[in-house]
Amino acid sequence: MHRTSVRDRNEIDTQTLEINFGPQHPSTHGVFRMHVVLDGETIVSLKPVFGYLHRNHEQIAENITYLASMPYTDRLDYLNAMTNNFGYALAVEKLASIEVPERAQYLRVIMAELTRLVNHMALIGFLLNDLGAFFTPVLYAFREREKILDLFEEISGSRMMCNYFRFGGVKRDVSDGQLAEIQKLVEAFPRFLDEFEALLAKNEILCMRCQNVGVLSPALAVNASLTGPVLRASGVSYDLRKVDRYSLYDRFDFRIPLGAKGDTYDRYYVRVLEMHESVKILRQALRGLPAGDTMNKKMLPFLKAPRNFKPPVGDAYGRIESPKGELGYYVVSDGSPQPWRYHVRAPSLINVTVLEDLCVGHKIADAIIILGSIDIVLGEVDR
Amino acid sequence: MPLLAEEVKSRIETAEPGIAMKVFRNSILLEKPEDLLRAAAFLKSAPDFRMDYLASVTAVDYLKYLESVYHLYSIEKKTGPVVLRVRVPRKDPRIPSLVGLYRGAELQERENYDLFGIVYEGHPDLRRLFLWETFEGHPLRKDYVQEDSEVLEAADIEWLDRHGISSPKEVRQHALELRKQGKRAVAEKDGKEGA
Repeated sequence: MHRTSVRDRNEIDTQTLEINFGPQHPSTHGVFRMHVVLDGETIVSLKPVFGYLHRNHEQIAENITYLASMPYTDRLDYLNAMTNNFGYALAVEKLASIEVPERAQYLRVIMAELTRLVNHMALIGFLLNDLGAFFTPVLYAFREREKILDLFEEISGSRMMCNYFRFGGVKRDVSDGQLAEIQKLVEAFPRFLDEFEALLAKNEILCMRCQNVGVLSPALAVNASLTGPVLRASGVSYDLRKVDRYSLYDRFDFRIPLGAKGDTYDRYYVRVLEMHESVKILRQALRGLPAGDTMNKKMLPFLKAPRNFKPPVGDAYGRIESPKGELGYYVVSDGSPQPWRYHVRAPSLINVTVLEDLCVGHKIADAIIILGSIDIVLGEVDR
Repeated sequence: MPLLAEEVKSRIETAEPGIAMKVFRNSILLEKPEDLLRAAAFLKSAPDFRMDYLASVTAVDYLKYLESVYHLYSIEKKTGPVVLRVRVPRKDPRIPSLVGLYRGAELQERENYDLFGIVYEGHPDLRRLFLWETFEGHPLRKDYVQEDSEVLEAADIEWLDRHGISSPKEVRQHALELRKQGKRAVAEKDGKEGA
């Protein structure tokens, strides 16, 4: 223990206290440990400790075929299986120069945006949970999330571990009935968002706890490679859907919500606004969905015989705007059926870089909501 | 908007003479690891590049050498990537750390140190990221072999004896044989069946 004497001020000898916050603490959103030094209730230093969920995902992928890694990517950020698939498919398609039919591209965008809704709802629900609004907001959010997961189950076969994307397309087509259901859900969604917002956005406790807590400057956010809503809440306009225009995102009209201050409240509210933008994209995608193939014909044989799929020697870095930030896959091929190297650039892990900077000087209770607003999923952090 | 590696290379050459590099797969391969800091600092500050965002730091084991790969983008100009590569020998690999320039490298360099054993010189807190401090070896190196936790080795038998725990005769004999041959209990690599 570090002794810091304040005897000259008030005759009381105080000392700092070191505690292990986690790994089995409910508000760490998984098995995540923070080594915290406290002065009273104020945080003096905070060191994150990783690895409780480490399974060497990257080495597993290097020992199996390219396609066999697809279900493993579901388990990275287990709330957003669809976007994890998307990033991996994009990287391998870049590596092997595979074209994707238009209908499949549209379906990919629809799934990715539905996933963004799922993620942001879960995040806001759990953030409120951390603030002490025990499970009521989560259940409101999960009621809507469940409708989307039911759709995912109908379309891909699984609620959360979707495994829906394939190199050169998607696994199954979506029927007209399912499209009508998505349409219904998308039309009803803004009403839920407004209801959710009316209950929360101006709530006094939420404002008091979140405003001016954990302020992140734009300069630090860029320097520390933060991405996604955390970066945009600090007022930096950088969204890969606009910058890279991957897939078909150049066809849709949407805006990038930005925060003004970069505090926890901005990080919360940017996500609410992003959900409105996702609904806009979904409406346009559903309107424009063309008929046609959902798989590149040339890639069909590889579905049954994945060991025959051998991308040319080379490497590729594919990245997408996942709900948590830049999800990148770096794949190196040596011309064999297995990737020579497979690396995941996990937004959850890299966004934790600034956790200490945000928390020092705040109370221990604020560290919980700051961590909640950064939005990590340990499956992706530890890999 | 992708940048051409040739162009970037000639710009670095004129601004920072003396950096040996060549173009490899539309990326810049720095021939000496020491030059990495200079090249990255130039790309970050030069007004027509402004590579202010280090997206990804990763490493690859190519058996003859280890390679560290950096993907730089510009948030200000919305351009990129500029890919930098550095090659170091597998024995005692050392690369200057980029944490001073980009905080974003902090956890990623720790990850590479953990899984590949590359020492990033100048990193403020170079510890293993996922595995524990006493872990032996670096699992993402191609020559890494996983030990078989089911098979006992001679050291395990000694430990059991010290604690008065009996062990079957065959297990004992197998452990002694392993020691005689100078081998460790290595897990069999699963076949190439993965589908």
